[in-house]
Amino acid sequence: MKQVSIPSGASLTELYRQWVGDYPKFFKMDTLSKLGFLLTEMLVHDEPDRFTFREDRAVLVFSREGCVTNDRHYAESMKDFPSPALFVYTLPNIVSGEISIRNKWGGESSAYVLESYDEARIWELVRQAFQDKCTKSALVAWIDCTSDSEWLTTAWLVNETDMF
Amino acid sequence: MTKVFCIGCGLVTPVGNTPSEVLAAVRAGKSAFRLYDGWPEPYYASLLDRNGFEGPSFFDHIALQAARTAVQEAGIDASSSRVGLVLSTIKGNIEKIDTEDVSLAAAADTLAKGLGVKTAPVVVSNACISGLAALLQGVRMIRSGAYDHIIVVGAEVQSRFIVTGFQSLKALSLNPCKPFDADREGLNVGEAAAAMVLSAQPVSGNYFSGRDPKNQFPDTSTKPTHFSNWEIVDGAVRNDANHISGPSRTGEGSYNALRYVLEGVSAEELAFVNVHGTATRYNDQMEAIALNRAGLQDVPVNALKGIFGHTMGAAGILESIVSMKACDAGVVLPTQGFSQMGVEPAVNVSAQERKTDKKAFVKLLSGFGGVNGALLFRKGGAE
Repeated sequence: MKQVSIPSGASLTELYRQWVGDYPKFFKMDTLSKLGFLLTEMLVHDEPDRFTFREDRAVLVFSREGCVTNDRHYAESMKDFPSPALFVYTLPNIVSGEISIRNKWGGESSAYVLESYDEARIWELVRQAFQDKCTKSALVAWIDCTSDSEWLTTAWLVNETDMF
Repeated sequence: MTKVFCIGCGLVTPVGNTPSEVLAAVRAGKSAFRLYDGWPEPYYASLLDRNGFEGPSFFDHIALQAARTAVQEAGIDASSSRVGLVLSTIKGNIEKIDTEDVSLAAAADTLAKGLGVKTAPVVVSNACISGLAALLQGVRMIRSGAYDHIIVVGAEVQSRFIVTGFQSLKALSLNPCKPFDADREGLNVGEAAAAMVLSAQPVSGNYFSGRDPKNQFPDTSTKPTHFSNWEIVDGAVRNDANHISGPSRTGEGSYNALRYVLEGVSAEELAFVNVHGTATRYNDQMEAIALNRAGLQDVPVNALKGIFGHTMGAAGILESIVSMKACDAGVVLPTQGFSQMGVEPAVNVSAQERKTDKKAFVKLLSGFGGVNGALLFRKGGAE
């Protein structure tokens, strides 16, 4: 099972240049989405047939904080002039959406919030997600972003056969 | 595959707090919409009455009230090690962002403590499909064999945060919303809480709780109060893989979710499809395309946003409960606000109440992040 992480405080722009370089929408994303996007690139960059629509891969993103970091930015803008560009990222599942769009993954995409990082619990929920008969693999990530420079991340690419 | 039944429901809505009150309001086209002062723009919404409420959090209060009602109706012991909790909400206690921990994890913890649930809760926060995704999560937890009962709770309160955000996107209508109508001009926000208790047994109470060795035999202290027999057959969540804040032009994710839940199911069996129907131009058009692609163009379609507004994290659970009760009453509910077909290709929108003797329906939702969900409900699964 492949696993990657991004150290807290790392330059996401540098990682983008290193791993991607040709997806300018990246710069519109909130930190949570940037982290999820980059973790996914690191996991699947060398997969064959990338960017071919597929429905058999789920995107399952876990955290405690959800999108609270970006919520604070929106709340700040709200007092002056509410920013639609910030508002659309005030949802914990936008990161799963960004990953799905980039990779053309039309399968299940979900965001879960747990009280704390708990690997046993994450795998319990991932195993349950494989009850969907269509799902054969999953991008699983814990992305807990407490500010724009502090986070805890880890991401895995798992196949059904790894789980059972 | 293990069958999963809904054995208890709880509601907190501006038009009533019991399924029969709420059903009567929907059938009569009665809503609680009015214009509210905004920040500074006014907004048209269906909000709960906070007069007399003095607790620390109105969100926590309504979530707990709906959950307690469902637990009571189900007759279960929420503190059992085989009872789980799934919370569906989009913004939880966001109005306190300047002063408190507004993480959804904190909201779930408060709810679990209030109910006496001992197992760790999980929050499913998938934008506007959260309630549907939370029910599907509950179904999967029952099927995993690790739980006897799952309490699924959806709740949303409105705030400056949410209202100004939707206003900035120009998604709100200052008039009553008109799902699927030619003159629809946007959505109205709403507040509600809704809860269901799911079980592998169609009977309320711990009467036939089979897996706990201590409960191998009927427990005479908790007599079943009713026999529900509404089954959540299956569900699916699919992404459009297209855009984070606009639905697919081809209804891709919604169609794929429908295709999954309707495998082996005849459209003839369905009493109706209760759609998302937010009354934004793009959502309703996208749903019409997905329904046509799935061969459901002749099945009655209804939307409840004209009564409740968009109740976000509560919507999937609230609209599913109302749909079950409508089926029990033998009716396809009307679509408040609809008068002239405004989608192409057309779908069979129920403008007025119709009779039905069918006992299955599909609940459909879509949301930001490109997510779409479908659930298939069927009555009589235990017979």
